[in-house]
Order: sequence, then structure tokens, then C-alpha cells
Amino acid sequence: MTEPSPVLECRNLSISYYTRAGEVPAVVDFNLKLMPGEAHGIVGESGCGKSTVALAIMNYLGKNGAIVGGKILFEGADMRTMSEEQLRQIRGSKIAMVYQEPMASLNPSMRISEQLAEVPIYHEGIARAEALARSEALLEQVRIPDPKRIMNSYPHQISGGQQQRVVIAMALLSKPKLLLLDEPTTALDVTVEAGIVELIKEISQTFGTSLIYISHNLGLIVETCNRVTVMYSGEAVETGDIRSVFNDMRHPYTRGLFNSIPVPGADKNARPLVAIRGQLPLPYARPQGCYFGPRCDHFAAGICDKRPLPMHPVEPNSSHAVRCERFREIDWDAAKPKHIEREPVAPGHMVLHVDDLTKHYTIESRAALLVGSKKTVKANEKITFRAHEAETIAIVGESGCGKSTFAKVLMGLEDATGGKVQLGDLNLANLPVQQRDQGTISRLQMIFQNPFDTLNPSHTVGSQIARVIRKFGRERDAKKVEERVNELLDIVKLPRDFAKRRPRQLSGGQKQRVGIARAFAGDPKIVVADEPVSALDVSVQAAVTGLLMDIQRNNRTTLLFISHDLSVVRYLADRVVVMYLGQIMEKGATEEIFSPPYHPYTEALLSAVPIADTRVRKRKIVLQGEMPSPSNPPKGCPFSTRCLYMMKGVCDTIPPPQRTFAHRHVIACHLDEATLKAMEPVITVEDDAAPSHASSATAEAIPSAP
Amino acid sequence: MASVEVLATPPAAPPVAAAAPPLTLLKRLQRPRVCIALLLLMWLPLTASVMFGGYLGDAFKTWVLLPAIPATILLYVVAVASWRESPIAIIGVSLVFFWLIAAVTVPFLPLVDPNKPIAPFTGVGIEKNGHLFLLGADFKGRDMLSRVLWGCQRVLVWGVTATLVAYVVGSMLGLMAGYLAKWWDQVISFIANVLLSFPVMVLFILILNYLGASGFNIVIAVTFASAPAIMRIVRGLTLDTKTRDYIFAAQTRGEHPLRIMIYELLPNARGPIIVDACLRLGYTTVAITTLTFLGLGLQPPDPDWGLMIKEAAKVAMLWKFSYMLLIPALSVSSLILGFNLMADGLREMSLRD
Repeated sequence: MTEPSPVLECRNLSISYYTRAGEVPAVVDFNLKLMPGEAHGIVGESGCGKSTVALAIMNYLGKNGAIVGGKILFEGADMRTMSEEQLRQIRGSKIAMVYQEPMASLNPSMRISEQLAEVPIYHEGIARAEALARSEALLEQVRIPDPKRIMNSYPHQISGGQQQRVVIAMALLSKPKLLLLDEPTTALDVTVEAGIVELIKEISQTFGTSLIYISHNLGLIVETCNRVTVMYSGEAVETGDIRSVFNDMRHPYTRGLFNSIPVPGADKNARPLVAIRGQLPLPYARPQGCYFGPRCDHFAAGICDKRPLPMHPVEPNSSHAVRCERFREIDWDAAKPKHIEREPVAPGHMVLHVDDLTKHYTIESRAALLVGSKKTVKANEKITFRAHEAETIAIVGESGCGKSTFAKVLMGLEDATGGKVQLGDLNLANLPVQQRDQGTISRLQMIFQNPFDTLNPSHTVGSQIARVIRKFGRERDAKKVEERVNELLDIVKLPRDFAKRRPRQLSGGQKQRVGIARAFAGDPKIVVADEPVSALDVSVQAAVTGLLMDIQRNNRTTLLFISHDLSVVRYLADRVVVMYLGQIMEKGATEEIFSPPYHPYTEALLSAVPIADTRVRKRKIVLQGEMPSPSNPPKGCPFSTRCLYMMKGVCDTIPPPQRTFAHRHVIACHLDEATLKAMEPVITVEDDAAPSHASSATAEAIPSAP
Repeated sequence: MASVEVLATPPAAPPVAAAAPPLTLLKRLQRPRVCIALLLLMWLPLTASVMFGGYLGDAFKTWVLLPAIPATILLYVVAVASWRESPIAIIGVSLVFFWLIAAVTVPFLPLVDPNKPIAPFTGVGIEKNGHLFLLGADFKGRDMLSRVLWGCQRVLVWGVTATLVAYVVGSMLGLMAGYLAKWWDQVISFIANVLLSFPVMVLFILILNYLGASGFNIVIAVTFASAPAIMRIVRGLTLDTKTRDYIFAAQTRGEHPLRIMIYELLPNARGPIIVDACLRLGYTTVAITTLTFLGLGLQPPDPDWGLMIKEAAKVAMLWKFSYMLLIPALSVSSLILGFNLMADGLREMSLRD
């Protein structure tokens, strides 16, 4: 056996969905060859057909989907000609799939042990005791602490990260040849995600399983895969091994995608992100010829608007192939994106002073008998920071860290338990929104996370913006209100006739733009942006962040940017506040946060964020366990339960002291200054002559094609 | 009936091209504002004629219906055009509009006085005393066809009015319980649970015995019986919707709770409410007919389906005279079937999108 045969091969695969609008091609001419033990990434924006490919391999297309052409060969046999019975034998035993939402993959009414044991009992017919033993052993292999306890739990009793590990264990139990992972970590927090990614990387080595990893996150693909296929609007546009695709990308779309993600080196003033112009074509309104044509800078009539459009190998006999007719003609070095440099904005006077802000919730848990015991959830504990005019403050933390509660207190929907929020001369901490005057309310506005939730589906876009203008008394006259709505739509770069549309006719990015227009309709001084781009596709993300920055620049607005994504934060924040379990762990200017000394939690966060650059080297810091419940926080330092530097007897009993380093760079940690200062940078960039630390390295780490 | 307005806009229209083509007459009619105007033009004259006709004189009672006739026909066209995807909804709409058109045109049709005794016990399709009885005559000799067509006016007007009032009360309470929560929810839900624990008929009889039998009291009785269930539906929908970001946005804007409830929450609950309203119209029609049958509803001699069934109950024991019972009974069934099919069709369409 000289040449190992591929585990899975897709040949010219085409998949269509049948809807009321007729046949909609979801995937066109898709090719893939997966060798044993190989990990293949499929990356693309929403609607590009990456999940459809996985569903087709599993034969789960449903009633209205069908494979209309091509072949799927599994170990050499065509899956399309197999009978139902043969397919059932393959599914679960030779091919397994892990989905995005772990809770939806587990049966809530069965114990973990039952669900796991079912797999080998059904597929291999082994005895129950043996199956249980094997399940428990596998749980240990996927690094679940205390597998005995987990085996006897129901899915809702364990955390999201553990659930996903159980699902992966379940998929591995039958020793599959092929494992499909469809965005397995999207629903998880970054530090938990990092653990799962570590696990996935080991799978192919330990079990010899081939992987297909589907994700929208280029960074995750770099970390987990050997090869990658980039998809756009149902087509593979570029494929090859990770290094050649990421370093010598030869398709304008891949290039555009990389220019719109904030890798170290992007900077909102010197090197702003470049978004891909235009919009993803709808599946039933794709352009003639190259689907990317209308958005491409290198579009040439007569070449790019014709079909067929085959994949061309970049070099003869290389596996790096690209679906572009002009890739040889384009001068990839000259065609670097044009960054529009901007002057940095100088922050103005102080507008917001948060001082020892504390918010506790009391939960009455009724015990079995009459008397209920009261529990206190410390959602925010002594939050202190200042915000200046035209400054961007990022509040970073994972779910449950209290950032949303903080936003609620600030907006006046909750009363603070203690401390002050000083806006000018006014203390907002105990001033609910009903008691605030019109001027105060209009100075504080918010942008929301979920684009599908931010607009009321029953009202037109224009009327929702107009309501804000009228409510805050900016304009009263109907004509002038309409004018102002049009102006705002211009500012967020939407056509004016969108005012008459309803939210359901808009895409996610467009809705988010309307949300921004609405927030800025009352000329606010401070805008709280709660993860405004995390639900958007990367290319849209770049456009929306760019827009937000521009408006901020023009209005000199203070932006409180709540996010879990450190890449975006590094790109656009001036100052960063890192929160964990309701407390501030570290705060300081952005470059101070991203270079040593770090708080151990910041260090872990930095290491966890996937970066889509093959030159970036990261120190691996994988946290153990999960975030403790805010109703039962650890006694001393909140991070002590997961901290790698934990000092017994100190960290878990005494609250950490605040150590000030540079001007206004504060770390709350028991480690002494020397230890903190001696920390090595987490992110380093290869090919960088001087072993410099992260912040200065960023300037050189430009994702350019050599 | 209120459903025509909201669902008239074509569901999930793909983004339209920048330059909209000139509107056809049908498209113009399908605009929400036009639909509401047509609905009012149909409904107000009908209500005025049936509820207050007695005080305003016969001429008014007749001629006030004149503008309602074109409005009803146009509405039917709009409804068929908007729901042409669902054959079930079309059948339902056709049944309902058959009775609606009958209700608005009945004074202008060549019918004899429904209360004039001509020839008792005349069978179906027999000519007697110089009058052809297409649907026969009842035991007093009154023309059944005339009585059935006249009778639909009262059933429709009182049925829809009662449902509407129940909806206004139920939705408002549901919005308050769901949105304001806390003690509002506890008080409202408690009262609703108490009311729901009564069998509906017992509740009806209790209220009508206390208030006396009349159309307006039926409205009150139906409101008491239906509002708790409506309140629960709206409360559930509100609890779901109020966690959305746009509600949060309205709150941070300092909007008044009343405005949030009516402007932000209620429109988003309309889908399930409309479907439920169609079903509930059916129940209410049954309830009103039953109450009239029991002698607790609308009073004789004016024709009413429930009354007709009641009056025919004794004689219809004989097979020969069963038509006296069957005709009003089938009329009630067809109207209720119409409402239910409409609800089914709407639900089916909402699932598809």
C-alpha cells in the first residue's frame, strides 16, 4: 500500500433546495478529497453552503433538498447509490457529526451514561456493562473531570463546555473514520472554546479520525486544520493546504475576507480594515459568470462574466487551486488594499465617571418548607473607571461576567446597590430611566447585539428612527423629521428608500446599520454598544465597525464597547476594562493590556482568541474548569478557581490587591510586581527579527502576500 | 375579520427593486389603510342598522346599508387575492363572505317580510298563496329563506362585536399581566383562573339571568367567558416578546409602559391572535345561538338562527318538517366552518413563511 486511499471524496457535488421560488442551487460543483487522519476546514460566510455540504455527506438534506449532481465517495463507495439500510450502518458508526448547539444534540430526559452507551450497544452489539465502561473511559479521554459524576448526570446539570465534550465523546465512541464538526464552539465562551479546540486537534492524532471542520472563523481553521476550502455563495473559490492558502491567497474573495478581519497589526487609525463592498448575492439572484464578480476589484468584462468557471491549480500539480480566471494576471503585491489613514482622535474632557459601582441581586430560594433562604448574586462588584469624550472603552469578559448588568444600570433599567455613576454633575446610579429628564436619556444610547432582535418587525425602518428623533425633541415638524431620517440613513450608508421597508426585508448587517442610525438619532454623548458586530459575518463586521468609528469620529461620541472578542477590541479600543465574575481584573490602555504585565485571566483570554495568521505564535494557556456561578463566587480572587498561578491560602481567601503599573494601568492580582512584569508575551509573530513583545510586533505583522 | 388588514400585505416579499412598478387597482386595495377603510365602511353601517335600527326608523335601517355593499364585495376580492396561496383559506373566506354579503344586501333583495305569516307548514320548493317558498315555510307560515338571510345579520353583528370586545379586554389584561408582571400578573392571572374554572354555559346563564337577556348583555357575558383565555394567550406572547432588544431599546428611550405595550408589543402578537380570533368567532357564534335557543339571548319575533332552531325544535320531530331545523342549523355550521377554515388557512400560511 503505497498511496492511502481517501476516506471521503466529493466529486463535482451539486446540491439544490426546492422552495416555492423554484429550484435554488445551494452548492455547485464542490470537490473535496479527505485523506485518513487529515483535518479539512470549510470556511465561509453564512449562506455560502458550508453546512449543506456536511448535511449532504450525512444524507440529512431533508425533504426539500437533494443532491442533483456529482458523487460522494465514502471509502471508495458511492453514497448516493447505497440503500437506506447501508447508510444507517455507516452513519453513527463510520461517520459522526457534532453540531453547534450541544444542548440540542443531547436528549434532556436521558442520563449521559445511557446516551453514550447506546452508541456501541446499537452499532457493535456489545454488552451494556462493557459499553458503559468504554463510555466512561472515553469521557476521560475528552478530559472531562470526574467522569463518574458526569455519567450519572442529566444534560442540563452540566455546563455548555462539558456538554460539547460529551457530544464529541459520543461521536468518537463508535471509532468513526470521519467526524464532521459544524461550528462546534460557536455557542461557547472563548476560554472554553480554547479547550475544545485543543481536544479537536488531538482527535485525529489519538483516534486516526479524519475531520471536516466547518466554521466561519478563519482563526479556528488555522488552529485545527491541515487543509482548507474557502466557499462563497455555494462554490468553493479556493482550496489548498492551510499555509499556502493563508499566505499566498490567490482569490480576490479570500483576500477580501482576510482584509476584513482584525489580525494583530490592524489599527483603526493607521491601518483600518477594508470591508468587501456590496452584498452576498441571494441564491436565486446570482450573477452570470463569477459569483464574486460584482464585488471584485479585478472584475473584467468578457472574462469574469462567463461560465464555466473551473478550479485552476495555482502551480502545476499543486493541490492549491482557485476558481478565478484572472489570478495569474493580478499583481498580488500591487493589489494590496488601500488603507485610508486617519488622524488619531485626541480624547477630550471626562464625560463618565463610574465609581465603586456595585449591583447585587437577591434571589429568594424557597426551601422545601416555609422559610426561604436569601442568596445574593454579585453581578457587579466595585466597578471603577473613567471615560473621556471621543474615547472608545472596551469592556471585555465572557458570559456571566456582569457586563450586561452594568449596561442595564447605566441605562437606568436597574438601580445600583452602591457606588456612583457620574455623568457630568448627575449621579445616575439610583436614577431610573423614568425619572431621568429627556436630555439625560438622549445623551446615553445603546446599540444591541442581535441584529434580528434590535428592530421591531412590525414597524418600518423609517418610523423607528423617526420615533427617536421625535421622542428626544430633536425635530417636531414632520418634514424635518423625514429629512433627518434620510440624513441618518445616508450616514449609515443605506439607500434612502429603506425608510419605507420593514426589518424582515433587510439583511443582518443592514439591520445593524439601522440600529446604529437609531442610536445616533438623538445625538448621544455616550453610546453603549453591546457586542454590536459579534453576530455578523466577518466581511460585514468590518463595514459596521468602520461605520461606527466614522460616526464616533465626527460626533466625538464616547463609545462603551462591550465585547468578548479581543481581536476586535484590540483593533478599535483606546482603553480596555477586563471583567470576570462582576469584578474588574485589569484595566488600562489597549497596548498595556495586550503586552505584559498581564493579569493571569487576560493572559488566558489572549491565548484563547483564535488568530487567522499562520505567522502568529501563541503561548498555549488552556484554563481548566468553568466559570463559577455568580451566586456562589469564590472567597478571595474570583479567578482563583481556574488560575494557573493560584497560591493556596492567599488567592482563595483574600481579595486581590490593586496593583498600579503604568499610568492608569491597574491589575487586581496577588502575584507580586516582579512576577507579573516577568511574564512573557502571549502573542508573538514569526519572521520578526527582534523578539519583541506583542504590542510592538503588531506594527510588522501585516497579512501581506510575499 | 380584522385579519384582512394585517395579512393583506404579501408575506415575506423579497426586496423590491428600487423603482416600484405602478400600482394596479388590486395592489392599491391591498394597502392596509384602504383595507381598514373598507372594513369600517362595511362594519359601521351593518352595526348601526342591526343594533340601533330600532331607534332610528325603518328607512334609516335600510338605506344605511347601501355603502356597505360595494365595500363588502371589494373586501372579498382583496381577501381572495391576498390568500390565493391557500385553498383552505379561500373556501373559509368564501363561506364567511357569503353571509356577510347576505347581511348587507338583505333589505334590497326581493324577499317577503320575514315576520309575515303566509302559509304554515309549506314544504321546500312549493308555491302556496301566491308565493314560492324556496326553502319552505315555518310553523307560522313565515318564509324560511327570508328568515335565514335576515337572521344572519344579528348573528354576525352580535357575534363579531362580542368577540371584538372580549379581545380588547383580554388583550389589554394580557399585555398588563405579561409586561408589567409582578403583582399585576398575580392579580389578573388569579381572576382569570377563577373565571376559567366555571363551565362556560354556567357562567353565561349566571350573567344573563342577573343582567337580563339582551344583545348588549350577551356581549358582556361573552367577554367574561372569553377574555380570560385571550388574556392567557396574549400574556404568553408578551412574556416572549418583552425580552427582545427592541423592547429594551424602547425602555432605554424612556417610553411610557402603555406605549410599549400597544405600539411595540401588541403588533408582534398579532399572528397567533388573528388565528385564535377566527376560531373564537366560531365559538361565540355557537354560544349566541345556544343562548337564543335557551331563551336567554335575542328576543323574538325578529329572525335569528338560534331562535329559529328553538321554534322549530318541537315540530321538527316529524321527518317531514325537519327542514325547519336543518336550514338554520346548516347556516350556523357553514358560518362557523368558514371561520375555522379561515383560521386553518392563515395558520398554514404563517407556517410556510
